[in-house]
Amino acid sequence: MKKLKMSIATMLLLAVSFINAQEKEKMKMDHKMDHGKMMDMNSVAKAEAILNDYFSLKNALVADDTKKAAQEGTKLVASLKAFDTSSYTKEQQEELVDIIEDATEHAEHIAESAIDHQREHFKTLSKDITDMVAITGTKNTLYQQFCPMYDKGSAWLSTNNEIRNPYYGSRMLKCGKVQKTIQ
Amino acid sequence: MKVVKIIAVVLLVAFVGIQFIPTTRNQSDMVPETDFMLVNNVPENIQNKLQVSCYDCHSNNTQYPWYNKVQPVAWFLEDHIKEGKAELNFNEWDSLSTRRKTSKLRSIIKQIENGEMPLDSYTFIHRDAKFSEAEAEEIINWVTQLKNSL
Repeated sequence: MKKLKMSIATMLLLAVSFINAQEKEKMKMDHKMDHGKMMDMNSVAKAEAILNDYFSLKNALVADDTKKAAQEGTKLVASLKAFDTSSYTKEQQEELVDIIEDATEHAEHIAESAIDHQREHFKTLSKDITDMVAITGTKNTLYQQFCPMYDKGSAWLSTNNEIRNPYYGSRMLKCGKVQKTIQ
Repeated sequence: MKVVKIIAVVLLVAFVGIQFIPTTRNQSDMVPETDFMLVNNVPENIQNKLQVSCYDCHSNNTQYPWYNKVQPVAWFLEDHIKEGKAELNFNEWDSLSTRRKTSKLRSIIKQIENGEMPLDSYTFIHRDAKFSEAEAEEIINWVTQLKNSL
């Protein structure tokens, strides 16, 4: 009789722990799913952070402010490094990694150069960021603007359709035109 | 007078002492398949110029001058080579994506155009590494062509 009681108790204990384990597993799964959704939100927010830093950098170049542009370059390096590509398809991931690597190098140079050099790197950086937006999209309307004079023609992105030229700054503030509207 | 003597002796000892600190030498017998010259059809005169003016710091193989063995010159060179290779290593050219290649070629053009490369501290001793105006133009034209063909 005592034996039977013992085995029933053991069975019960086992049953309870199994159920408990299953519950936990389920919770973990739920948690994972939440996490998955969060990642999606995150990568969108992180792409926007890159864009914000890019625009601050552009504005510093428009204002001929080397020091500010260097600081924004450093910030941009950080937001580029924080970008997470995991929520994109494999092909997109490959391209994004390539874009981020290239953009990071240009941002690093901008962080430690004189203004002429900063503007040279800003040209290639702008191409990278434009290609990034083509994949990630953005919540804002952007304008791709183009100056035919700087280095045989150079483009950049802006949140405003009025031209403020980052390649020439005050020397030729309004040189350029809107080439494309990105929505 | 005594103080000067002591300082001189200390400096001498320090100079001799640092000679024993080892440096990493940037040397390799092998040219990898990804080398710039192997994957691009580079005209001979441009090959020579790149080899003489760029490859010492932008490849895995440096033609060291004799004074490299003397410290602190060796440290100075080591640092430059490390930095140069991090920016651009011609030996590993073909491992770059098209985007990265275009980007690097653009930087090469700009650096030569602005007279920033090869470095003055390098051409000061390597007189033959200096580009004449005609040579610079020739290289820029060729590199531009390569960039546009990517």
